[in-house]
Amino acid sequence: MDFNEMAARCGEWLRGSGPQSDIVISSRVRLARNLADFPFIRRCTDRDRGAIEEIFHRAILESSELADVSYVHVDQLTALDRQLLVERQLISNELAEGDGSRAAAIDRQETYSLMVNEEDHLRMQVMKSGLDLDTAWQQINRLDDVLETRVNYAFHDQLGYLTACPTNVGTGLRVSVMMHLPALVITQQIDKVFRSLQKMGLAVRGLYGEGSQAMGDFYQISNQLTLGKSEIDIVRQVSEIVPVLIDYERQARAFLVKESRKDLHDRVSRAFGILSTAQTISTEETLHLLSSVRLGINMGLIQDLELPTINKLFIHTQPAHLQKIRGVEMDMAGRNIERAVYLRSNLVRRVGGDAEKN
Amino acid sequence: MKCQKCEKPATFHITELTGEEPLERHLCETCAQAYLTQEDGQATPAPTIGGVLAKQFKLNQAAEELAKLDKRTCPQCGISFLEFRNQGRLGCPHDYVFFEKELLPLIANIHGETVHTGKRPSSGQGTDDRTELIRMRREMKEAIEREDYEQASQLRDKIREREQQQVRRREAGGEPAAE
Repeated sequence: MDFNEMAARCGEWLRGSGPQSDIVISSRVRLARNLADFPFIRRCTDRDRGAIEEIFHRAILESSELADVSYVHVDQLTALDRQLLVERQLISNELAEGDGSRAAAIDRQETYSLMVNEEDHLRMQVMKSGLDLDTAWQQINRLDDVLETRVNYAFHDQLGYLTACPTNVGTGLRVSVMMHLPALVITQQIDKVFRSLQKMGLAVRGLYGEGSQAMGDFYQISNQLTLGKSEIDIVRQVSEIVPVLIDYERQARAFLVKESRKDLHDRVSRAFGILSTAQTISTEETLHLLSSVRLGINMGLIQDLELPTINKLFIHTQPAHLQKIRGVEMDMAGRNIERAVYLRSNLVRRVGGDAEKN
Repeated sequence: MKCQKCEKPATFHITELTGEEPLERHLCETCAQAYLTQEDGQATPAPTIGGVLAKQFKLNQAAEELAKLDKRTCPQCGISFLEFRNQGRLGCPHDYVFFEKELLPLIANIHGETVHTGKRPSSGQGTDDRTELIRMRREMKEAIEREDYEQASQLRDKIREREQQQVRRREAGGEPAAE
């Protein structure tokens, strides 16, 4: 797998296309599976981990449906390459920072990845741009079928698929959508919305999953419960709430335009101004300002900048991506300067252009 | 009337009936917003494994009983119930069978259900008979550690035999569910 080439591309989930992609960034579905005849990961010896990794490696190689994947021994990667995969959401933090033998199989289009020896023996995920959970479920269901003919999944007649943590038992299914909800944040309605989601058994997380902060007004909404409902019902539960949230966000945007168009326009223009002129800038500030610019584009307040460009900047200004693209490792101060250079070079043609006319 | 939290006039008059005595609050719009959202937020904490377990055992178990339960260890992977309680992660698939009595209430607490209704593997059956291999591999490792190589090599042969048996069953196509 060529990580330099990968860093320069954008990947599936930030392609910026697909249904409702102005608000729904991506749809993701993941399954947790374990082998029946090995301990769960935390109780594995090094030998067990090695054996599990080999079993899945062989199963993947033998499956013609999986011929398109690159198989990566995560424990043999540099910290920077591991971080790159985390930033692209192809592997989890847990897999990047774990111990011992562990691996990831990633398809060329970056629409799915299989993680071996994460919290469970196997975590597979399928990602789609925009709101497209049904297709994502169908694809992961097929992947699961393919692997199931080659390995023995731990399964219990009553409890379903068995997982290291009882919170995932049953279907082992997590269905999530990543949404960009800046207007609900500005109008201070976001907490209220999240509390009602919690009451419906849905979880809300930040950009990089469990325990991560909501950065740049991005939120992941997912099912909390994995047992007692069929996979289709869980997909439906999340699918049905998303249009409601989209509607809330659109109402909040309409409210902002009606009540405080000047303030909104000012906020968007200032964000753009800082991004295109700053000399040193952190990841957090970049995400925060790009979020405002993204909102500005979607509301027609910025004309000649396109969503895919902004989506690209979101990923390329992350620490590992920035270092890969520049081809050198840098400390934080160096990265902040380089990030500002990168932003200016991607946004500078606009200075003195349409942004001023608006 | 002034807001009880700041200098602005109180426009919200809230009577709290959740405690033992009714509680009156007079707040301005901003403070009322903060007060109401905070209250609401506390009402629905997401359940954690540790929290649910602690509650479950405080209700049902005497300290003595719990101490006894904590010492029970899974015959296949060797994890004790105490280790599970501390880590929130199980040791192997057989734990769901061995600690069933303790886990079912926990699972009901988390999911509100205890019966899987979704997808099943094509064999459609439980795989608990396979967890024997977990014990055999563990015993082999322990035999090596105490330099009992005779025992270790016997176990190695048994493990190989079991593993090959599974491969043969798999290659023969559809496999019988349980032995």
